[in-house]
Amino acid sequence: MDKKILLGHGSGGKLTHNLIENLFVRHFHNPVLADQTDSALLSLDTTNVAFTTDSFVVDPLFFPGGNIGKLAIAGTVNDLAVSGAKPLYLSASFIIEEGYDFNDLEKIVQSMAEEAKKAGVQIVTGDTKVVNKGKCDKIFITTTGLGTLSSQLKHISTADKVKRGDKIIINGTIGDHGMAVLAAREFLNLKSDITSDCACLNHLINKALNVSAQIHFMRDATRGGVATVLTELAEITGMGIEIDEQQIPVNENVRGMCELLGYDPLYVANEGKVIMVVASEDTDQVLKAMNNNKLGSNSSVIGEIVDEHPGRAWIKTTIGGKRILDMLAGEQLPRIC
Amino acid sequence: MKYIDEYRDRELVSRLVSEIQKVSRKDIALMEVCGGHTMAIQKFGIPFLLPPTIHLLSGPGCPVCVSSRKYIDQAIAYSRLDDVIITTFGDLIRVPGSTSSFEKEIAAGADVRIVFSILDALKIATENPENRVVFLGIGFETTAPGSAAGVLNAAKQGLTNFFLFSSHKIMQPAMEALIDEGVKIDGYIAPGHVSTITGTGIYKDIPAKFGLGCVITGFEPVDLLHSILMLTRQVEDNKPEVAIQYKRAVKPEGNLKAKKMLDEVFDLRDDWWRGLGILKKSGLVLREKYSRFDAEKMIDVEVEETREDKGCICGEILKGLKKPGDCKLFAKACTPSDPFGACMVSNEGACHAYYKYNRDG
Repeated sequence: MDKKILLGHGSGGKLTHNLIENLFVRHFHNPVLADQTDSALLSLDTTNVAFTTDSFVVDPLFFPGGNIGKLAIAGTVNDLAVSGAKPLYLSASFIIEEGYDFNDLEKIVQSMAEEAKKAGVQIVTGDTKVVNKGKCDKIFITTTGLGTLSSQLKHISTADKVKRGDKIIINGTIGDHGMAVLAAREFLNLKSDITSDCACLNHLINKALNVSAQIHFMRDATRGGVATVLTELAEITGMGIEIDEQQIPVNENVRGMCELLGYDPLYVANEGKVIMVVASEDTDQVLKAMNNNKLGSNSSVIGEIVDEHPGRAWIKTTIGGKRILDMLAGEQLPRIC
Repeated sequence: MKYIDEYRDRELVSRLVSEIQKVSRKDIALMEVCGGHTMAIQKFGIPFLLPPTIHLLSGPGCPVCVSSRKYIDQAIAYSRLDDVIITTFGDLIRVPGSTSSFEKEIAAGADVRIVFSILDALKIATENPENRVVFLGIGFETTAPGSAAGVLNAAKQGLTNFFLFSSHKIMQPAMEALIDEGVKIDGYIAPGHVSTITGTGIYKDIPAKFGLGCVITGFEPVDLLHSILMLTRQVEDNKPEVAIQYKRAVKPEGNLKAKKMLDEVFDLRDDWWRGLGILKKSGLVLREKYSRFDAEKMIDVEVEETREDKGCICGEILKGLKKPGDCKLFAKACTPSDPFGACMVSNEGACHAYYKYNRDG
């Protein structure tokens, strides 16, 4: 019989001990975790840290291009990276439903380890709870991340330096993650070749930061999509934004599925996309640096900061019309990450 | 993307726009009576492209918006019965009833399932023989044939726990009632999907009796602009007629099979429309032969007293007398996340479309 997760695996007793030793410590291995202290003991060489947390409940757990484990690493690493921070340490907490398949859990943990290695971060602490069958849906993961931040980069989160004429850049096609997850849901009975863009962006962002000191804002366009980030940016800066819909890269299969189901790719979730606001004169070098990276090979300028309609984002539509760009009301797709 | 890109071609769009500018002399108002058109017009920013002589008005084309609040209240009352599973398209979930919404009822434990087809509702009924499964049938001639097919299938399968709660309506009485009421328009951008079922027959009285053109229109920008050009020409030449712009989908005779099915399953009844009141023979009710599937007849339920919100001018907006921006609640007290009326929450609602795409316009 296939090995299953039992209530005892979360009891704190022998089964828990074995699970930690044979699964988590084995895959996540690093010196801090190996010490198995109650708290991870870390030394940092700065007084500025970025600190973030995120929970992952994606359904289904496995989808083309990733799984909940990869997502749990990339999501938190990206939250740190778009703040201008260097991601260093992660915690990982698991809530697992009794009876969950052990092999699937191992696949998820392996993905987390691989993704963490790629991003150059260490998973240094964690927790496991097992709940009775039916009391949670298979597995939920929470990751918390810690990174160091140069004091010169604090404006990237606050958007304080955003000014008229700055260009808005995205690192590739939009809507892939949301549509990949949706297509993977059985009830839709859809077959598609859409792959999630789920990836850690810290190396890509680092390349951009290395070539320009004038990156004025960054945010990852996850739930709510690109439209939500841009609307928020207009609101927090009080400046106008103008986007050219024709310049926004969208994969044909994503466009097709969105048309079919009545979604607008601008509102569909991404898990490997960053919106950057860059001073006009630095745009070319940032684009060049990003285009040289696999995760940024479709980078393009999609709009700019303008004086008109302060506090509001506008879009020039594919046919040359104009309208406002608004935030999403309500949940478009539940459990997308 | 094939069959999409051709109809969003920037070059073709700008040719149509300059042709409209050339032809248009008189100040005219054209009304779209399909929520899908309202959404597409705003989403593509079409008003921005038109000369100031051409005004677009949204009509009673959003089925959720024209339905009575009592319908929502009654559907919510069904959902509160222990053995009832409600099946519905997604756009009803957040529509406000008098004191609640499905969104709130779901949180309180009601079994409400979003389906993509009435056939999914039949499947749920088959799989849950202990439950009564109610499908909320809402929409014009576009969705009514689907409900008819569902009922015919339920009869064939001998289901005894499946019920249709019909708010289905037909389009033409509303289009005529609007002109009777004196709403000032110069032509109809006629609904594309309704017409794929009905054909052109339902519009034939409109040019003859009222002197207004009807152009059956597709949903892409090129379709809409082409149709606006056709209607502008009709007005300028004073030659109103029924024409099909959406030829790739609509035949003059419509879909005979679907029409036959509608006639087999439904009878016409007088029905209430928001803004227009009771219109004779404008609603669809299951025929006696199929009344065992009629939720209204088969499921006893106590429904709370209907309360309409004060200050909401949805009725006037649905008649094209006012624009969403004229409502003092619009984008202030009434927003998509906290809607007063269905027009703000339905994906085809005029207030929703204006809020989302043209709030400052």
